[in-house]
This record gives sequence, structure tokens and C-alpha cells, in this order.
Amino acid sequence: MLDVDIHKSLGDFQLDASFTAAAGLTAIFGPSGAGKTTVAKILAGLETPDTGHIRIDDHILYDDNRNINVPPHKRDIGFVFQEHRLFPHYSVRGNLLYGASRNPSRDHPITFDAVTDLLGLAALLDRRPHTLSLGEKQRVAIGRALMSKPNVLIMDEPLSSLDTARKQDIMPLIKRLKGEFGLTIIYISHSLAEITQLADNLVLMDRGQVKAAGPISDLLNRLELFPYTGGDDAGSIIDAKVVGHDRGYHLSELETAGGAFFIPACHHEIGGHLRIRIRARDVALASSEPKDVSILNRFKGKVVDHRSGKSGMEELLIDVGFLLTARITRKSFEKMNLRTGSDVWTLIKSVTINTTETDVLHL
Amino acid sequence: MSLSDAEFGVILLSLKVAIWCVAVSLLPAIFMGWLLARREFYGKTILNVVIHLPLVLPPVVVGYLLLVTLGKRGMIGSWLYDSFGISLIFNWKGVVVATAVMAFPLIVRAIRHAIEAVDQNLEVAALTLGKPPWRVFLTITLPLILPGILAGATLGFARALGEFGATITFVANIPGETQTLPLAIYSLLQVPGSSDAVIKLVILSALIAFVAIAFSEWLAHRALRNTGSRA
Repeated sequence: MLDVDIHKSLGDFQLDASFTAAAGLTAIFGPSGAGKTTVAKILAGLETPDTGHIRIDDHILYDDNRNINVPPHKRDIGFVFQEHRLFPHYSVRGNLLYGASRNPSRDHPITFDAVTDLLGLAALLDRRPHTLSLGEKQRVAIGRALMSKPNVLIMDEPLSSLDTARKQDIMPLIKRLKGEFGLTIIYISHSLAEITQLADNLVLMDRGQVKAAGPISDLLNRLELFPYTGGDDAGSIIDAKVVGHDRGYHLSELETAGGAFFIPACHHEIGGHLRIRIRARDVALASSEPKDVSILNRFKGKVVDHRSGKSGMEELLIDVGFLLTARITRKSFEKMNLRTGSDVWTLIKSVTINTTETDVLHL
Repeated sequence: MSLSDAEFGVILLSLKVAIWCVAVSLLPAIFMGWLLARREFYGKTILNVVIHLPLVLPPVVVGYLLLVTLGKRGMIGSWLYDSFGISLIFNWKGVVVATAVMAFPLIVRAIRHAIEAVDQNLEVAALTLGKPPWRVFLTITLPLILPGILAGATLGFARALGEFGATITFVANIPGETQTLPLAIYSLLQVPGSSDAVIKLVILSALIAFVAIAFSEWLAHRALRNTGSRA
């Protein structure tokens, strides 16, 4: 368990970050300038906070009261940087092994073979970094950080220098290494698509302050956090299982806690799990079951919470078996006479589901 | 072209002095280059000026200052002689000191620029991989500045080979003791009818310089090839 409570003044900018992170992927999410990278650097010991503490279990890395500030090389925190930062004078193998002597325990699940296998590096081992593509370089950089067998792995926007196709190559690998090595990963990102696919927990940051922290699905469903969880693109994530593909209509059928859900054909195998993101603005509401509409996904539910959003919008949280957020005009909201506890039908157009986003998890 | 024993001695002495000059300068120059490239401290500008002085002062002035400080009656020189019996005057060690002082700023500059060109992000990455700063320096910084170190060493070697003013002022022109190639050429020029001998030494000087530069280029190329900087 990583336990963080840090404070730092940088001119007018005040950084206050307090959160915990357990095994799994905790995403620090916020717009650029929110202070995410500063938090990452402080965790790794590359910058020093003014006050506070950083602990991993019982191990104190920083505590201003006790005058403890463990230097970066003794923190057991791996770091994957935005740019790969591979050592140009070492081969891929040399880069991977550079930090491997840090924790030479024998029964550690992270081994050279496991890492090269998972990241697909076996064919690259004797190459020099300057002969690799950007995507390959970033995979080596992830492998290098893994090989130092860190207690906590920090990934600071590791995909931001890559194009969409390369991102989709690497995201499943990140998801897998989380599962296979039981790591605590701190993942810095300003991409909603990345964090909704990868994160278990979320730390929302804005202008140096932590706005909220907790399980990602809970946070995304909190209406008052909409300004920080995507603004116009805010919405819910639903865990689903693929139960069928309709090749003729080019649709895939998913099983959710609220019933069958159709999305444009994805490439997952039947039985595979995926996470889909439904933007609140893509959800329409009806007071009774609409019969003659094109919309395939119709779920009956109850309004759990609602809140006035910006500029004449009303945002609602609806329980349809899973929790779903919706954004409609205040005019419709009042005309339908909705309130907490109202029965309501939710309608989600299949075509609003971005399957390229979910396909990144196809293994 | 045959060499007399005396000429052979001159060349051997010159090479010995130049190699020793680089050998004694290199480690302090790496430290100084690192200090100037990476550290901010009080008096940095003054240190920088002092190091560069031999580059801008007339060499004769440098030789005179060495004589004043390191001569037998100089502050440091008398202490060296009284305590350890070491005398730098009129022997080859004095030549090494004179050439090293003259070559030092050139070596420091080459190494400093190389260190400034190193991407410090790589060093930070190495720290996060669990290596203490001194290991990071040895495994990341040092290999990456190797071409710069070689360039500095070559410059220093060439400077030592060609040094004249500071040497002749500090340790005089004594055949077999302090007479390096340029000093020997100068002496020969004072003697009428020795132009053949002069030409011989001039050609030898050019040859040594050529081989030294070719060798260092070859080493630097090898070092660069591995990093892909010039792939």
C-alpha cells in the first residue's frame, strides 16, 4: 500500500496531494498543468515536497517530521517516462538488465524471460536503441523499469509520444503486466480513453489539488465530479462480457448487469470481458418504453441522483442494473417531471460506443 | 632519413612529456569539466577564469609565473624541495608541469562541452533504476562523454608537443633534459647551415601530430558508432 500525503509550494502554484494506492493500477488523471507529473517526481524522489509523508507499507520514503528523505536510487520505485530515455550506448538487453541487480531475489515473478515474453522483446535483444521504432523503444523502457523489480511502478504518460496504433499495441500489455506481476502501478495521464480502459482506481487532480480519489467506476458516476472526469465527455464505464457476434449486422452482443447490450462489432472472443464507456450526453431518456425507435439499447431504471450541470443541462445518475449517467436539457428534465426515484427508460445508441477504444484490450 | 641519438632523444622526450601531460591532466580535467558543467557554487566564475588564464596569457608570462611559484625559491617550489627534495627546474618533470598548465584549459573545455551535451534525463532514469550517483556517472555519463574526453586528450597531447614559451621560460632549453621538439628546432635555427636537421624535425613533428589525430579520430568514431549518434 502506497500512502501519500504531500504539500509543495511552487510560486503561486500550491500542490496538495493525499491518496493511497494498492496493488492494481491507480491513475492520476487531470488536465495538463494539474501537477500530475510533479506528484510522480516527488514519489520517485526526483523532487522534494515541503511537508508531508510518503510510505510504502511500513517503509517510510519521505517524512519531514522525522527528517527522512530516501534518495531516488534507494526507493524501489520504477519510472517509465514520457520519452523512453533508453541508454544509447547499451543494447536492448543491456538496457533491460541495467537495473536488474536491484532486487536479485530468486522467487520473484518478474524474470527476464517473463518480461521479454510479455512485452515481445525477444527479437530485439541485441539491437541498439537507435535502431528501434518509437513503440519498440517504449516497450523496452517499460521492460527496463519492470526488470528493476520495483515495489511501485510509476508510468508518466507512457503513451503520449505514440500514435493511436502504437497506443493500441501497448495498452493491453500494460493491462497484462498489472495482472501478471501484481504490481502497484501509478499511471499518469490526461487521456480519458486510456484511464477508462486501464485504471482500477482514480486520483482526480486539478490545479494542484486532489479533487477526489477512489474506484474509477464510482468516481465517474459522481455527478459533482463531472467537470474533472471529462466535462462534455464525462460518462460511465460498464463492465461487460461478450456473448455473441452478429456478422450480418456487424454487431456484438454483450452481457451486462442490466441485460443485453449491442455495440458495433468488436474483435473480442466470445466470453471475453471488456469495459465500455458510455458518455452521459449519448444517453437519452423516456418516461415509458419507446417502441418505434432505432435505438437498440433500452434499459428500464430508476433515477438515483440528479444535479444541475452547466448551461441549462441536467445530469442524472440512473440505476438500470448497472449505474449509468445521463445528461439531458433542463427543459426535457422538467417536462418529464423527473425526480429522484422516478422510473425512467434509458436509450443508448450503439453507434456512440467507441469500439476502437474497447478493442485496445483485445489480446 | 636517419636519426642521430640526440634527435631520437628529443623525440622520445617530447612523446614522454606529452603522454605524461595528458595522463596527469585528464582526471582533474574531467572533475573540473563536471564541476563547471553541472554545479553552481560561489566563486565559479573566478575558477573558470583562472583555468582559462593560460589560454589567454602570453606563454612566457605563464612560464614566468611558474618559475616564481614553483622555482627553488618560489613559495611552492621551495616547500617541495625542502620537504620532499623534489625539484622541477631544469628537468623533464618541469616540462610536464609547464605543458600541463598550458594544455589544461583545452582539455577542460572539450570535456565540459561533452558533459553539457549529455541528456541529464538519462542520468535521472538510471537513478530510478536503483544505481547510486557515482555508478550513474561511471556507467552513463562517462561512456557518453568518451568522445569528448578523447578530443580533449588529443588537444592536450598536441598542445604539449608544441608548447614552447612556458617551457623555455620555466625550465630553460637543456638538451637531454628539457629540450622538446620545438625547443630543439629553435636551437637548430640559431646555428647556420643546419636547415636539413631542421626540416627533419619539422617533418617528424608533423608525422607525430598526424598519427595522434588519426588515432583519436578512430577511437572517437568507435565510441560514437555504438551510441548511434553518427549512425
